[in-house]
Amino acid sequence: MDFLYTIWIPLIPFLLFLLIGLTGMYFKPIVSGIVGTVGLGVITLLSFITAYQYFFVDGMVDGVYQKIVAGSYTWLAFTDTLHIDMGVMLDPIAVMMLLVVSIVSFMVHIYSLGYMKGEKGFSRFYAFLSLFTFSMLGLVVATNIFQMYIFWELVGVSSFLLIGFYYDKPSAVAASKKAFIVTRFADFGFLVGLLLLSYITGTFDFKTLTSPEGIETIRGAGLTFMGASAVTWAMLLIFMGGAGKSAMFPLHIWLPDAMEGPTPVSALIHAATMVVAGVYLVARLFPVFIMVTPESLNVIAYIGGFTSLFAAVIACTQFDIKRVLAFSTLSQIGYMMLALGVSGYGEHGLGFTASMFHLSTHAMFKALLFLGAGAIIHAVHSNYMYEMGGLRKYLPITHLTFLIACLTIAGVPPLSGFWSKDEILAAAWHHDKLLFFIEFAVAGLTAFYMFRLYFSVFWGKETHYHHTPHESPLTMTIPLMLLAVASIFAGFIPFGEFVSSDGIPHHGEIHMNIAVPSVAIGLLGILVALLMYRRETTVPDRIAKALGGFYRTVYHKFYIDEVYLFVTKKIIFNLISRPVAWFDRHLVDGTMNKVAWVVEFSSYRTRQLQSGQLQHYAVFFVAGVLVLVLTFAYFLF
Amino acid sequence: MDLSQFFIMRHEVLLLAVIILILLMEIFVGKANRKAIIPVSIGLFLLSTLAGFLPAESGQLFGDMYRTNGLIVSMKNILNIGVLIVMLLSAEWLRKEENLDKVSEYYLIMLSTLVGMFYMISSGDFLMFYLGLELASIPMAALAAYDKFRNSSAEAGIKFIFSSALSSGVLLYGLSMIYASTGSIYFTEVAAHMGEQPLQVLGFIFFLAGMGFKISLVPFHFWTADVYEGAPISVTSYLSVISKGAAIFIFSIVLFSVFPMLEPLWQELLYVLAILTMTLANLFAVRQNNIKRFLAFSSIAQAGFILLGIMGGPHLGLTTVVYFILVYVFTNLGAFGVAISISDKTGKENINDYNGLYKTNPMLSLTMMLALFSLAGIPPVAGFFGKFFLFTSAASKGYYILVLIAVLNATISLYYYLRVVKAMFIEKSDHPIAPFRSSLSTRMALALCVAGTFAVGFISWIYEYLYDMTYLLFIF
Repeated sequence: MDFLYTIWIPLIPFLLFLLIGLTGMYFKPIVSGIVGTVGLGVITLLSFITAYQYFFVDGMVDGVYQKIVAGSYTWLAFTDTLHIDMGVMLDPIAVMMLLVVSIVSFMVHIYSLGYMKGEKGFSRFYAFLSLFTFSMLGLVVATNIFQMYIFWELVGVSSFLLIGFYYDKPSAVAASKKAFIVTRFADFGFLVGLLLLSYITGTFDFKTLTSPEGIETIRGAGLTFMGASAVTWAMLLIFMGGAGKSAMFPLHIWLPDAMEGPTPVSALIHAATMVVAGVYLVARLFPVFIMVTPESLNVIAYIGGFTSLFAAVIACTQFDIKRVLAFSTLSQIGYMMLALGVSGYGEHGLGFTASMFHLSTHAMFKALLFLGAGAIIHAVHSNYMYEMGGLRKYLPITHLTFLIACLTIAGVPPLSGFWSKDEILAAAWHHDKLLFFIEFAVAGLTAFYMFRLYFSVFWGKETHYHHTPHESPLTMTIPLMLLAVASIFAGFIPFGEFVSSDGIPHHGEIHMNIAVPSVAIGLLGILVALLMYRRETTVPDRIAKALGGFYRTVYHKFYIDEVYLFVTKKIIFNLISRPVAWFDRHLVDGTMNKVAWVVEFSSYRTRQLQSGQLQHYAVFFVAGVLVLVLTFAYFLF
Repeated sequence: MDLSQFFIMRHEVLLLAVIILILLMEIFVGKANRKAIIPVSIGLFLLSTLAGFLPAESGQLFGDMYRTNGLIVSMKNILNIGVLIVMLLSAEWLRKEENLDKVSEYYLIMLSTLVGMFYMISSGDFLMFYLGLELASIPMAALAAYDKFRNSSAEAGIKFIFSSALSSGVLLYGLSMIYASTGSIYFTEVAAHMGEQPLQVLGFIFFLAGMGFKISLVPFHFWTADVYEGAPISVTSYLSVISKGAAIFIFSIVLFSVFPMLEPLWQELLYVLAILTMTLANLFAVRQNNIKRFLAFSSIAQAGFILLGIMGGPHLGLTTVVYFILVYVFTNLGAFGVAISISDKTGKENINDYNGLYKTNPMLSLTMMLALFSLAGIPPVAGFFGKFFLFTSAASKGYYILVLIAVLNATISLYYYLRVVKAMFIEKSDHPIAPFRSSLSTRMALALCVAGTFAVGFISWIYEYLYDMTYLLFIF
């Protein structure tokens, strides 16, 4: 049995996008929602079938999971080897991502039926969701790096459209622009990198690139530039694209602002799927990274580690619940990047497996957190936790599922976050002790800020609400419950059996010497949060005061945004754009205006030649002949 | 010579038959039914046009005075299409009361000049060439003066006949020098004996000046604007498209088949004339307000661009020139068609009168816009390809500076073409031209122009066919 049917997985949402986008306005809004949701249900089902068939029936040959091209169409052929295809390629990480994307997208589709009810542009929202799902699935199954790049830009566009969904709100517009510009800037690096890589290797194809022969060709390329080989530069530039999409420091600034979009969008795009595209990209090219330029993996590991610490610290000071979650996302993606960075290959590929494992568990519990936050915001109409408190009575289901998600992210066994985080910490321990201790500290911080959030929202002092908050409708709570179940049990999947850097199943084990301390520090974080936020006390304020300048710096996210503004507004605008604009206005336009003036003037003059007198015409005619004769017959010959 | 050979001249024979039938109608159709002459004439001409597309043989007649081949047949077909469009466009104007008396006159004169052009294109010696040329010119003066009670029309006729006489005189003088120095008037023999003697060069320059008048190259162009403005607008369209096209056809054929020896000379001459023509015509066109004068100068500028094509050598040169004329027939007649239609309904012929036209007559405005874009050479319409091939042709011989100047001129021309577009689409007017519905024949003609403007650009085999035809011509 072949996998040809899998081409429908990306195609269906594309058709849904066309259908809803073109005809949505002719029906009641709810029709668009239901059509989109049913379509996503079909895709989810197909993804499960694909996963079953791949992992248990057809995927493995001689004990190795193969890269299977289910269908491919040559779109542009440059040379025999260098051609851009559009197709579907299945391998363990692609199949895993298919599952993650379709499940979360399906949940978000159901959830939005309730959350977005009555919003203006309801069917537009579903059209954009379908467009995003199409782009993301196309990215995941890409057979070659150029197809990936095309879909990469498409997810960027759909993210832009969805962040700016409330286009009459200036902050949403600004946020969507910021997200687009920052990621687009990073994508420029990706494009240059992939062109460089294809120049070196003569192919775009992932299967060829990551095969042993492909690796040999890449290794053979002797080009160097500024002390590093051209391949290293190419891979780092490609990573730059990944860092932009996955919001790694210093390209992280767009993600917190992206929370201006509707909350289901934050859950789908900015927590579970699109933002991990950068991790997926590195994982996709992992054999090239590890075999050809292991030094660039070090860069990746440190950027990931730094981002996770940096974001966790900021998360402890934020009051907007979606922003806390956004910084938490940054921090968790940092974990995944770090895990890839510290991974070895084959037998030593624990980090790779751990990264992918954490990617899937994180997708479930972070989507759950965001959807829960959406339910809270839905109930109290505010984003700020100081306007909440004591909500556990009013929102029992949301409370319970949110608690589960918080425990999961804090790494409390036996919930899924524990298992994946444990593997990452173990991988870090074997590779680099410094990185291990950073992540160890982040584990504590994570537990602290998540429970700071949890206690302030559901416990603490009850704020006076304008109207009694009430639990969300079933369309919203059912996805919460399903995701909670997934968050609890996803950890029991023997992930190493399915996903590994070389396709050969590896047996995972629990590392007690690491698990015990990391659980302990997680519990410690929870305990501190419990003491500080269980009841309303003055302790947090006093601590903030005591930390003084440091607290303010953290609260303002280390002023990174201000630095960017300074660089763009003060330096680029004033020192580069203004002179260029002046040059354009005065020299370029000025020259053109002068030319136009000369034309106008000479036109006025020459018109007077045309007198209307036939005699004059005859004189001109004869004179013309004479001049030609004199010039050409006598002077030139 | 037997009868089958006689039919090598199919185009001319059919056209003569049409002319005779129209003459008979003129005699036998009563006063009440004169309007019927119009559709019947158009129908007859349509038949002869269609018959022109039947497969044709190459060959020669009358001891090589007359010759024909695939490329010449294509040229005649292009002219036929153009004349058909002109006939459709002028039907509404002819139906007017004051013109009904002389309907058949219009057709007779016009088709006679066409016969002249056909013989001119097919000529194999200078005698036939000159006869064809005069047959194409002298009746034209009558056509320009068709509105004989209108002063400007009469003036146009007089100006045309005098200027034409002067240019024919110069041309004939040049031909006599060539005859004197080579001893023959047959193209093949002249080509064999042509050298660079001063008398021959002088004769050639006179010939070129005479042709420059027909094609209206600067500085032999002065008659153009006055005649174009004075003549009835349908006649103007005929003059600017059909007779100019025919003159360019024979001019390029003669240059390549009779004067290849003088190629270095005429390359330089054309270089200078092309720059003069493009630049001066553009400078004139920028300031025109009358749409007919405006189109006159635009057509002079287009002639300058055509010279660039000729400079690319026999093969590429002929192909690009014929292709460009085909494009030019559709686009320029499209622009004229809109102007004719508006002039017929309202009598308005100034660019200012077009203000706000889009609001009242959107279809006409869009057609005009398309035609102007094509004239300016904006992709994807055919005019872009036409101009592109002309420039390629000149660039293939290394005339990069000339191409650069041409591109600058194309930019200037864009300015004045867009002026008309701006008037139609952007300018507001208190008294815009009222909405009206053109007659069926006008609409058919405009539809043909629009279709041609797109089709010629997109259907690649047209260019390839012409390319093959010219190739066959020069392999012997």
